[in-house]
Amino acid sequence: MKSVVLAHEVDWAGWRAAARALALSELAPDDVVWSVRNVSDLFAEPENEAIAPPPGGFTVPRALVTLAETVIQARDPERFALLYRLIWRAHRDEKHILEMTTDPEVQRAQRLAQAVRRDTHKMRAFVRFREVAEPEGTRYVSWFEPEHYIVEANAPFFARRFATMVWSILTPYRSAHWDGEALRFDMGASPSEVPDDDRLEAYWRAYYSSIFNPARLKVGAMRAEMPQKYWRNLPEAAAIPELIRTASGRVDSMVEQPVFSAPRPSSPNLPSIVTPPAAEHGSPLHEAAREAADCRRCSLWEPATQVVFGEGSPNARVMMIGEQPGDQEDLAGRPFVGPAGQLLDRAMVEAGLDRRTVYVTNAVKHFKFVPRGKRRIHEKPGTGEINACRFWLDLERATIKPALTVMMGATAARAVLGRAVAITRERGQPMPLPDGKGGNTTGFITVHPSYLLRVPDEETKAREYAAFVADLRRIVELAA
Amino acid sequence: MDLLAKLKILADAAKYDASCASSGTITRSSLGEKTGVGSTEGMGICHAYAPDGRCISLLKILLTNSCVYDCLYCINRRSSNVQRARFTVEEVVTLTLGFYRRNCIEGLFLSSGIIRSPDYTMEQVVRVAKTLREEHGFRGYIHLKTIPDASPELLLEAGRYADRLSINVEMPTEDGLARLAPEKDMPSIRRSMGRMRLRIDEARAEKKAARFAPAGQSTQMIVGADDSSDRKILAQSTNLYSNYGLRRVYFSAFSPIPDASAVLPPKRAPLLREHRLYQADWLMRFYEFKADELALDAAGNMDLSMDPKLAWALQHREQFPVDVNTATREQLLRVPGMGVKSVDKLLQARRHRRLRMDDLARLRMPMDKVAPFVTALDYQPGGLLDSARLAQRLVPKPAQLEMFA
Repeated sequence: MKSVVLAHEVDWAGWRAAARALALSELAPDDVVWSVRNVSDLFAEPENEAIAPPPGGFTVPRALVTLAETVIQARDPERFALLYRLIWRAHRDEKHILEMTTDPEVQRAQRLAQAVRRDTHKMRAFVRFREVAEPEGTRYVSWFEPEHYIVEANAPFFARRFATMVWSILTPYRSAHWDGEALRFDMGASPSEVPDDDRLEAYWRAYYSSIFNPARLKVGAMRAEMPQKYWRNLPEAAAIPELIRTASGRVDSMVEQPVFSAPRPSSPNLPSIVTPPAAEHGSPLHEAAREAADCRRCSLWEPATQVVFGEGSPNARVMMIGEQPGDQEDLAGRPFVGPAGQLLDRAMVEAGLDRRTVYVTNAVKHFKFVPRGKRRIHEKPGTGEINACRFWLDLERATIKPALTVMMGATAARAVLGRAVAITRERGQPMPLPDGKGGNTTGFITVHPSYLLRVPDEETKAREYAAFVADLRRIVELAA
Repeated sequence: MDLLAKLKILADAAKYDASCASSGTITRSSLGEKTGVGSTEGMGICHAYAPDGRCISLLKILLTNSCVYDCLYCINRRSSNVQRARFTVEEVVTLTLGFYRRNCIEGLFLSSGIIRSPDYTMEQVVRVAKTLREEHGFRGYIHLKTIPDASPELLLEAGRYADRLSINVEMPTEDGLARLAPEKDMPSIRRSMGRMRLRIDEARAEKKAARFAPAGQSTQMIVGADDSSDRKILAQSTNLYSNYGLRRVYFSAFSPIPDASAVLPPKRAPLLREHRLYQADWLMRFYEFKADELALDAAGNMDLSMDPKLAWALQHREQFPVDVNTATREQLLRVPGMGVKSVDKLLQARRHRRLRMDDLARLRMPMDKVAPFVTALDYQPGGLLDSARLAQRLVPKPAQLEMFA
């Protein structure tokens, strides 16, 4: 039988060195007795003779080491032996021991770790500092009673948060002090070392009482997260009994004898809020855009953010029509600002087509999509939606009266021509378009820029991009 | 009016906002800093719980409860006779830092009634955050309520100082909002959320981009103030998550307020319904349920007496029992009583051995609930699954539901 005496309750280095040496010496868990040196000897020199590890490799999974670092803080005298058993088993032949989630020893360790983590979290939550004036300045002092041996491991959190303050956290078994530069630990303390009140505690209690909604009384839910054992060190807890006692009466008075106030005179008018204008105020296009904002001609308005109306020069000779706004366009409220729009911009620059001189719009003015978690997946608009939205497209065409109408992709072509169009067959050929007054203008079909984004291989992509730029150059010539 | 009196009024005025989250932001530390205070480490901390069971993580207050809007469900509406108060910027800063140094809070959640104009109000709110960050080196968490009609420049500034921004959609439908909050405008709210998403995504995508609300945006919908069905509410929350990448859509059971508007009949808060909506929302977000799979009655509402997963399973008994030793993760997630964590532990355990019922018990699954829907190495549910009385067996007794009633 081997006896190991650890220097203190969270002597991680001592436990680790011993466990390693014992496992390498093939000393079975049942042959080891673990204990901690009497607390009064805490700062005495270690008397334990060093356990010399025999040579040999020793590896256990990283996750097990992390678990052990947590479990060693648990207030359970059996934890050292339990951890050594896990190390022993992992060292022998159970490398994946932590995956055996229903193994009783693994479960016990996991539960202890969980308890330590919870206690650690609750300490971060429920420590309350009180201000103490000292000759050298203000010290913030707290009395806290953790369930486990968590002060040493948890103190760095408070150092990160309150690095510029001088503070002490006193607990029954250990105290932590921060002087603005370093952490220091010493013996446990007693609650009498912390002042009784603090100038802000009345404010904090008032806040706590006022933020409580008596119409939602759920005492059990509060106790589950803030167990009563913590209450004696929480200044706000003093308000709890009264809040609970009066809650139902407060609700009854609102529900059963409601007071309805007489309305007060209405306030001065607020400045009215309008959408950033897509075109100059008062112009026909601006009016159209404003009306379109409330469009309910099809059901696409509801899931979308907003109508994305066309924009550009009212005197444009070229009108470019796409399919529908995408995710980014829907959020920004402007056409062709997303990935396809950026590609279009680049191609236009290359072709010498100035975006400021053209008018860009879409056949359908709302984004059609299916929700998928935090993303939206584009869906092609149907004929019904194209037809419903043609009203706005026709209005834009009639107002702009472009010399050249560019249809980018099948949806735009269907919207303008009223028939299904095979893009590859009809692209690049100027065609006569009725202008609505018995005369003709010119129509021109090309691909939608988003098509270029979907081409999988780089070589085809480069070729298709070049073809698109060539189409745009043609457009410049035709519009000249 | 003294500061204590103001604090009581302006905290009371803020308590109808459900959110108190302080998680999901970037890591900040005061270690090595000469001045300032505070840290954020990703996971939020609830520093106290009120007797309503809600977490108190932030100092949640209004800058002022005066408001030119007249939203009928709101205690601060123009036509309410509630006592009014207004903090100065310095007062909010003092309280935030004072509570923070005593470890009472993670930071500040600041909202405000609309005074003078949306821009004026937003400017005041932003000034508090700016003062905390720039003059006091505050590194704790800041959540700012954004006013949809405020200018984009102010929004940009708010995002620079805040960890999280939020705008409440308030009502599940545009019509409901128009009826109960005449000055608010759903399209404008949605446009603002759209703008915020663009900024948040942009800041996240590019390292060099200026900081913008690293903990994202959230919103809140009041449940039970209008007659929207659960279907409408859930469709709206699904839409908000996907459109605006929200971190959270909070449901807030409409609760009676003092000095109420006569338009809204006084009723107790529908807390159980709120709870069921959250459960359904989780099924869609983490359990791969589709909205149209939820069991809804003809009016589009859930059965409040049982959780929505159990309701679904009882209507789809042909898909059960599932074998815990061979079922896919997706199938296991649909077993009533099995949660994401316990399913993942089960999947790990079964790599090493065939599972029996006592393994499930050791994973702390609620065995009464799980048993009719599974088979294990040593267990078959027999006729349990086909029993007409299964629902009765599994639905909690009314007494247990009262905590929500």
